[in-house]
Amino acid sequence: MATRLQFENNCDIGVFSKLTNAYCLVAIGGSENFYSAFETELADAIPIVKTSIDGTRIIGRLCAGNKNGLLVPHTTNDQELQHLRNSLPDSVVVQRIEERLSALGNCIACNDHVALAHTDLDKETEEIIADVLGVEVFRQTIAGNILVGSYCALSNHGGIVHPHTSVEDLDELSTLLQVPLVAGTVNRGCEVIGAGMTVNDWTAFCGTDTTATELSVMDSIFKLREARPTSIVEEMRKSLIDTYA
Amino acid sequence: MSVMDQQSGMFNVQQTVGSVLCCKCGVPMPPNAANMCVNCLRSEVDITEGLQKSIQIFYCPECGCYLQPPKTWIKAQWESKELLTFCIKRLKNLNKVKLKNAEFVWTEPHSKRIKVKITVQAEVLNGAVLEQSYPVEYTVRDNLCESCSRFQANPDQWVASVQLRQHVSHRRTFFYLEQLILRHDAASRAIRITQVDQGIDFFFGNKSHANSFVEFLRKVVPIEYRQDQQLVSHDVKSSLYNYKYTYSVKICPVCREDLVCLPSKVASGLGNLGPLVVCTKVSDNITLLDPRTLRCAFLDARQYWRSGFRSALTSRQLVKYFVFDVEAPVGEATVGGQKYALSYVQIARESDIGKMFYVQTHLGHILKPGDQALGYDIYGANVNDNEMEKYRLSVKNGLPEAILIKKCYDEQRERKQRKTRNWKIKSLPMEMDDSRGGRADPEKTDKEYEEFLRDLEENPELRFNISLYKNKEYQASETGSMTDGEGAPTVPIEELLADLDLSEDEEEEDMDE
Repeated sequence: MATRLQFENNCDIGVFSKLTNAYCLVAIGGSENFYSAFETELADAIPIVKTSIDGTRIIGRLCAGNKNGLLVPHTTNDQELQHLRNSLPDSVVVQRIEERLSALGNCIACNDHVALAHTDLDKETEEIIADVLGVEVFRQTIAGNILVGSYCALSNHGGIVHPHTSVEDLDELSTLLQVPLVAGTVNRGCEVIGAGMTVNDWTAFCGTDTTATELSVMDSIFKLREARPTSIVEEMRKSLIDTYA
Repeated sequence: MSVMDQQSGMFNVQQTVGSVLCCKCGVPMPPNAANMCVNCLRSEVDITEGLQKSIQIFYCPECGCYLQPPKTWIKAQWESKELLTFCIKRLKNLNKVKLKNAEFVWTEPHSKRIKVKITVQAEVLNGAVLEQSYPVEYTVRDNLCESCSRFQANPDQWVASVQLRQHVSHRRTFFYLEQLILRHDAASRAIRITQVDQGIDFFFGNKSHANSFVEFLRKVVPIEYRQDQQLVSHDVKSSLYNYKYTYSVKICPVCREDLVCLPSKVASGLGNLGPLVVCTKVSDNITLLDPRTLRCAFLDARQYWRSGFRSALTSRQLVKYFVFDVEAPVGEATVGGQKYALSYVQIARESDIGKMFYVQTHLGHILKPGDQALGYDIYGANVNDNEMEKYRLSVKNGLPEAILIKKCYDEQRERKQRKTRNWKIKSLPMEMDDSRGGRADPEKTDKEYEEFLRDLEENPELRFNISLYKNKEYQASETGSMTDGEGAPTVPIEELLADLDLSEDEEEEDMDE
């Protein structure tokens, strides 16, 4: 079930937080309500890390990551980098990359298996992404927009893309990503989905402006109704695969 | 599309627009700028906010006009295009949105409400264009417009009047003028028309209307006029003066068929025209014919009023003569389209057949022995005219005993026994003004009118400027009245206009001459 919250009266949750299956990053400086909302949901499943990147609070849009690793822009301070390395679990590799396009959250949309990248990303960066995050990288556009990270929200179960995406595009992306996709909106008709919400395999957070329709769409596409911690889901999947094999 | 792609070498995938759920109500819809379905968008945003929904307009029930402040009154019918334009103009703030459509919604005519449904378009949220229609209610309030209220207060209110006078003892000129005015619609703007003793009064609401009427008169009869004004009210603060204007118009007293003895100055001025002349035609100038020399002269209004002579004998004094013998014409002339022939005739007065006269006449072309003619009996008449006296004394042979003016058709008329004519004429809506002690004798007026009608029958040139209408009650007489030689003159049917009847079964044949 998706949770509605606000960061300092702003509904763009995806800007101020980054949620993956292994950890959660939140911006500092907000009221403790924001922080505690995450805590209530995520409980002891994953660590919640308060951080800033380059002194800013828009951490969700500056970094990209999944359960395998986290990529931060070159503007990150050494202290911040160290803090991240210390706070995150050891399985997560934190890598600072030198990339001209420093808003990695806007340029990369990823889940644990596959990632969409900005078409102008460096070749090197693409290799690092594939390496650190352990994903297959596809350069794509969404509804003609090159900022793939902003206009889609991706999890291992499904994804929401820009509402103006055509049916053909949707099919193509879905084939690439191997997850069901739906064109939808968040925060009362806002098209910038990636900035408006953040999601992982069993929970999602969005702004308080989100209407009930949008919530129901989120719930259905990310399969949040059967919300369970990751470990249980993973086990189920492993057993299923064994059977078919 | 695909042909173009092949030509440009690009491969364009066909893009079908998907559907998203409306973020508010969840109904599937194609994505738009606001990502809300139309209904939700409408419920969110009201583009008619701030626009006038009810307004008051003023209507004058007398003349059917609507007030456009501050002062203009616009005439418009109920639910007409003009009314719609007027209603939309009265709405303020309508320039903020784009007007797409406007139409009337039916309301009871006596409910004093007009409802207009207006459809407007405006841009909302992030670029979505929304169209919305809403009703505007107009409350109609009755308010007499200025001119109607002035008229109500004093219905006889006139600003300019034209007093038309002709100082003669008959009304023939006025009958003829009446027809002319009707034909040219010159008195259409007159508030009131009153008939007085020796003339007609016209009252107008506007000085310029009166002025144009006087100009019209100047073109058709020789007139002299003067204009006076009387102060009615005076606004000191704005220096506005309200006047009543009066035009005194005098028509020249010399009429058709009058016998005039010209003063010596005028006669010599006209090239020594014999002082005894007959007036043959009066339009904007007077045509004088010398019956002895068959010469014509024209006097226009200014020339006439310089001398201001009067007729010696008028058509009242015409006497019937029997024509016994007509000699061969000694001279012929065509003057102003009219043929005249000079010849000697033997005539005698009807009242005194014994006394025969041998006179010269200009009617030689139409008189035959056995005819009757009308003329002036100078031999037996007691003429009260200075010029005539002077002339009588000066000339050695004496004045001609009689001057014939026109042929008389009374006999033929009696034979025909036709009571109704196949044509009729209209008349102006005149009021009789008896307040000034006029001696209006109805019998006399009727006789004059009958003579005027006969005049019209006899003279085609008189009918030129007049509209004659077919008389529906006329039936052709069974007796072949045409068989007994020359019939009385009638109006040929080609000259008659069909009276305009707006009923559906009448055909409108407009046969003009």
